Order: sequence, then structure tokens, then C-alpha cells
Amino acid sequence: MVGSAPTNIMKRTLLSLLLTALLLPQTARAQSTISSAPAPSAETKDVPLEGEEIAILTDAPNVPPAITRKHPTNVKVEIEVTEVVKRMADGVDYTFWTFGGSVPGKFIRVRQNDVVDFTLKNHPTSKMPHNIDLHAVTGPGGGAKATFTAPGHQTNFSFKALNPGLYIYHCATAPVGMHIANGMYGLILVEPKEGMAKVDKEFYVVQGDFYTTGKYGEAGHQGFSMEKAIEEDADYVVFNGSVGSMTGEKALKATAGETVRLFVGNGGPNLVSSFHVIGEIFDRVYQEGGTLFQENVQTTLVPAGGSTICEFKLDTKGDFILVDHSIFRAFNKGALGILNADGKDDLLVFSGQKKDEVYLPEGGAIQTMPGETKATPVATNKAERIAAGQFVYDRNCAACHMPTGTGVPAAFPPLAKSDYMNEDVDRAIDTVLHGLQGEITVNGNKFNSVMPALGLNDENVANVLTYVYSQWDNSGVEVTPNQVKNVRESKK
Amino acid sequence: MKLPSLILLTLAAFAGAEEPTIPADMARVEGGEYVPMFGEISKPRTVPPFLIDRRPVTNAEFLAFVREHPKWQRSNAVKLFADQGYLNHWAGDLELGENAPPEAPVIRVSWFAVRAFLKVQGKRLPREDEWEFAALADATRIDASNDPAYLKRILEWYGKPTPARLPDVSTSEKDFRGVAGMHGLVWEWVEDFNNQMVTGAARDDTSLDRSLFCAGGAVNATNAANYAAFMRYAFRSSLEGNYTTLNLGFRGARDANPTEPTP
Repeated sequence: MVGSAPTNIMKRTLLSLLLTALLLPQTARAQSTISSAPAPSAETKDVPLEGEEIAILTDAPNVPPAITRKHPTNVKVEIEVTEVVKRMADGVDYTFWTFGGSVPGKFIRVRQNDVVDFTLKNHPTSKMPHNIDLHAVTGPGGGAKATFTAPGHQTNFSFKALNPGLYIYHCATAPVGMHIANGMYGLILVEPKEGMAKVDKEFYVVQGDFYTTGKYGEAGHQGFSMEKAIEEDADYVVFNGSVGSMTGEKALKATAGETVRLFVGNGGPNLVSSFHVIGEIFDRVYQEGGTLFQENVQTTLVPAGGSTICEFKLDTKGDFILVDHSIFRAFNKGALGILNADGKDDLLVFSGQKKDEVYLPEGGAIQTMPGETKATPVATNKAERIAAGQFVYDRNCAACHMPTGTGVPAAFPPLAKSDYMNEDVDRAIDTVLHGLQGEITVNGNKFNSVMPALGLNDENVANVLTYVYSQWDNSGVEVTPNQVKNVRESKK
Repeated sequence: MKLPSLILLTLAAFAGAEEPTIPADMARVEGGEYVPMFGEISKPRTVPPFLIDRRPVTNAEFLAFVREHPKWQRSNAVKLFADQGYLNHWAGDLELGENAPPEAPVIRVSWFAVRAFLKVQGKRLPREDEWEFAALADATRIDASNDPAYLKRILEWYGKPTPARLPDVSTSEKDFRGVAGMHGLVWEWVEDFNNQMVTGAARDDTSLDRSLFCAGGAVNATNAANYAAFMRYAFRSSLEGNYTTLNLGFRGARDANPTEPTP
């Protein structure tokens, strides 16, 4: 760097002043949502270990309990690698390679300065050797070399968790891409020595992309497609190892008023996640699983082989939808989960839908149909009227009333064998001319919706009604342009 | 792989030598040049002609061997030479049981044990280069490794867990030489299973690690898309001589007639 020493010192002083100014109000604000993290502790990495314990490991979406210890200890972690056939989507199976039987692997929770005694067991039925590279490890290969394990064997090494944070672990056996693509990843949390702020609910969510020989949804057992993986052309992008892992009965559960912490990882192998929860704003995001946090975040990037911690308070009840906001992945490849909050609505925070009315930009309640400007040929007999009417019906009516006049229960009334139609022809003409809004009863069923005025000319209104009356067990009456003209004039 | 030189070698072998007698259970593999997964493209290796078993060794054959050689029976085997998984899918020392059909390939055998077996037969394990060279073949070609369909078939097998009972050796596909089950049945021991990434006598003559972890494994690969070969090398490098696993078997090999005149 070029520059005289005094300038540098000035810059540094300015910078630290600025930082202090920026940081102070931030900490104060954070307290209004989630109680802020405990004050930094003076513990050094040389503090002696006390005792030993066996780590509690959990499968997603569950997270092991928070650590209450105030000192580092010896923690034993044992993970068994298995190669298992499991559901990827309904009717679709895949051979997953797993750390502990499912994707993602077991959640590991330790405390900063703990010494972790790690045993990796490779089940005898495995076809491949496996190992583990924990990003929380300081040392060559992150443990990969030390844990390289043949099928039916187990290996052991230990490491000191020097840096707090949320870290991905993954298999690093060649070909690495394939081992990760088959689901070999999970999260290890190293809690800072000061501990973490208390929250009501914690969940474990890991995104992964999968490459199958068949297309998305193709039934049966699907193999790994090396070509698609190299091209980064994913068939499935899912949370927690399968489509629908957190929907329906398996939705994450919480209650309005509770604080929630999501430990989010991205196993990859290829795609970076635009992680978002529809209907929530993250009060705090510890980007990339590190120490600093950002506030009031809508969407946060989670790199492949990286993580993030999202915290928020549920202010109102309802379904909040976890997505990769690279949005076709959510709706077409499976990256979608649900956090269901029960409890009380807060109508001030969110009112729900108050109204649904027709929006009529023309003001006159007339929709102009394309093509209406052309002169309509005049029908000279009933048969011609019916034929012309069918054309009008298919273009203007069939979308709601259905091609065979059945309507849609509770939404669009039936035109087939319709008492409402047959009782009163003028009313039917009026409805087509001017639209209809509000509750009506058709064949004993109530409907309360909106039909717009269609802007058809007299000839076309006569034709379409004659067609409808001639079909589906209706009365068969012919409606003439003159009748339509009379109704139009009487309503002026 | 350099086809022209391979063809030359093949032609020379046919033209120059009287066909040596080949045992019925073995097939002759004409040698050739090939570049191993972790070799240098500019330095192809020459594989001399050799004989290889037409199929992996079966449970029945291995049972006959341990009957004759009690020190290789399950309860007698020294742990230094065969770990505690040795033949433990058999019902007893001299009894196969339902998880070990007689005609299925024998598995859960250590490198030391299979060498003892082959010594009795007057055979040896194929070397890694020999095994890999022979395994390039499919039903019609000497080298099918550039055919995506060939790679895909192999990968599909690697991607499936080991079944509880292996099928008979007779069920697997044969290559054009009549050698069956190189792919799709079991992993197989090779004589020099733990030498990959090592280019000389010492282990420290390369900065890369032989256990191929993470990206280190890809740096030296000649064809990084050949995941199938990657996996075999990775598998072998996870082994030790006394290891046994549920899907690791073997077959024998032999030098082609060593007195055969060379072209």
C-alpha cells in the first residue's frame, strides 16, 4: 500500500470511530426482537478441559439442545456412514449416501474450545470408502485424510473447535462431487464460548441439488447422472433430502409470538441458494454462518459448502414458506418447505384479505373482446345462430362455465340444465350484457362471485344464449337480437 | 490410449508366436499401451500380454482351498493377515450357509489370503495396470472407456448398495475375450492395490496425497470425467492388506508364456 504513515493512522482512527458509531445503535435495536448474545468472554483456547460427554446428534429438522456448559470439554462424536435407498419424491427412489442414515447428516453441536473425538464408521454393506471433511476443523483436509475409511471399517481422529460458527461437513472421497451429490453433507455448530441467545424454536435445514438419470418426477429408482452433474443441470433442488420433507404433516411447527432460529446449510454440490422465507423478514442473519449479523434481511445467499443462521420472531400465525428464491427451483424442482405457526392472528400486523372486487379499468363495466370490431355475420335461422353461438361460447364463456356448461362447484354456476337460466330469459340476457355480482342460487347451490360484462354485440349475445339454451338439457328457446336490444334499452 | 500401437502389438503377437496353451478357465489379454487414471498422457504405460481368469473366484473354490489349508480357515486366520470380517458371511469355518451361495464370488477375503489361494493354483493377482487394461473392454471393443454408455453402466453399479446375497458369477456380462464380471459384480483385489499416486520408490516424491481426498484427487487425473475409474482408485486406496469387505473379491492372473518370442 502506498501512502505516508500519518495518513494511515488518521484513516484507522476515523474508521474505528465510524465503526463504533455504526455498531452501537445496531445492538440496541436488536434487543427489541431477540435478546442479544451474551457479552464476550475472556476464555482463551488454552483453558483446561473439564470432563467428557457424548454428543447428542439429531436428524433434520431437529437440532440438539443448546449447550449450557460454561467450560470446554471432551466431546465424543460417532457417525455411521450408510448407503441407503430412500424416497426422493413420491414414486421416485434414489440411493443416498448418508452420514447417519438420512440427508442431511446428523447435526453436531459443540462448544468453542471443545476437543472433539471423532469416529467415522463405514457400514460393511457400503460399496464405497468414505471420509469426512468438517469445515469446523483447522488442519489439512478438515479430517478427510484422517478418516478415510474402507467399507466395514472405522477411523478416529480428534480436533479442537477453535473457531465458533456454523459449518458444513461433507465427504471428500474421490470423486468428491459424486459423494456430495449423493447427499453426503450436514452441519456442525460450534457455539461461541459466550453461548448463544435463547430462542423458542431451532430448526435444521439443508439444501442440496440432485442429478438423476430420469427427469424430475420420473418414477422408479433413479441413478446418479454424472453428465448432468458436470453441466450443473439439476433435476431436484430440495431441502432436507427430499421433495416435501417439510410440508403437510412434516411442516415445521411453531407458535405465533415465538422466536425462531434456522440453522441453514447448503450441501450443493453446485448451486448457490437464494434462501428466503415467504411472509417473514429475518430479524438477524449471521451471513455465511459467521460471527457478525445483518438485520432486516429478506433473502440471503447460502453458498454451496456454506451456511447461514436466520433468526426471526413470528408475529402472527399462518404458513411461512421456505424457498430457494431462485424460484423455479422452489416450484419446479422441490426447494420448498413450510413453517406452520399456530396461535393468534395479529390483524394489525397482517389483516388477511379484506376484499376481492372486480377491477374495471374502463369504468363502464365493459370488456372489449379482441375481434369484436369486425362486423358479425347475421344468422338467418336457428341452426346458424347455434353454430355461431358455439364459437362465441368457446371464446368467452367456456373458461369459467366449462366447455360442457358444468361450471365449477362453489365458484362458477352451471349453465347445463340450469334453473336460473331457464326461469328467465331476459335475466340471462341482462347478465351477459351487464355482468353479475353477488349471491345467486343455481340448482339449489349458492354462488357468490363475479361475472364481468362481456361487451358482445346484440347478434353475438343472441347467438351465444341460443347456443346455451340448445345444449345440455336446457329449454331450447331461441334468443333473437331484437330481444337483446329490448333488454339493453330497458336497462339504460 | 494409443490404438495404432496396440493394433501393431496385437498383429505381431498373432503373426510371430505359436499360440501357447491357455488353461480353459483363463483368457489371454494381448498387451498394449494405456494411460492410467493418474498417469501422464505423454507417458503411456506398456502392459505386456497376460492371462486372466474368466470369472472371479467363487465361494465353493475358496472353501476347497481352506479345507486343504486350515490356517486360512476363519477361526484360525491370523488377524495381522485377515481382519475380523474375514469370511464372516459364511455359516462356519467349513460351511457356506445361505449368505454365501457356492457359485457366487467369494468376498470378505484379505489380500494375504487371496495371494495364498492363488499361489497354490500357480497364479498371481493381476497388477493394477493389467486389471485396468482388461477392464477397458466391452463385448466388442478393446477400449470402450470413451463410450458414455459403458461408463454409465459401471457407475450405476457403483451407485447401488451391496445386495445381501451376491448373484452367481455365471450371470454377469462377458467381454469380447470371454472374461466375465469385471464390472457389476464385486470389487477385485489387485497385486499393487495401494500404489496409486506413487511414481517412484518413495512415497514422498509427490506433493499429492495417495488417499485422494477432496480436490487433490482430481489434480492428477487424466480424464476427470471418468468417475468410474476415480471410484476404483479411491476404493483401492482405502484398503490395507488385511482388510476384508462385503463386496471385495478377486480373480487370478498369470504371465503369458514368458519364453514367448517378443516382436
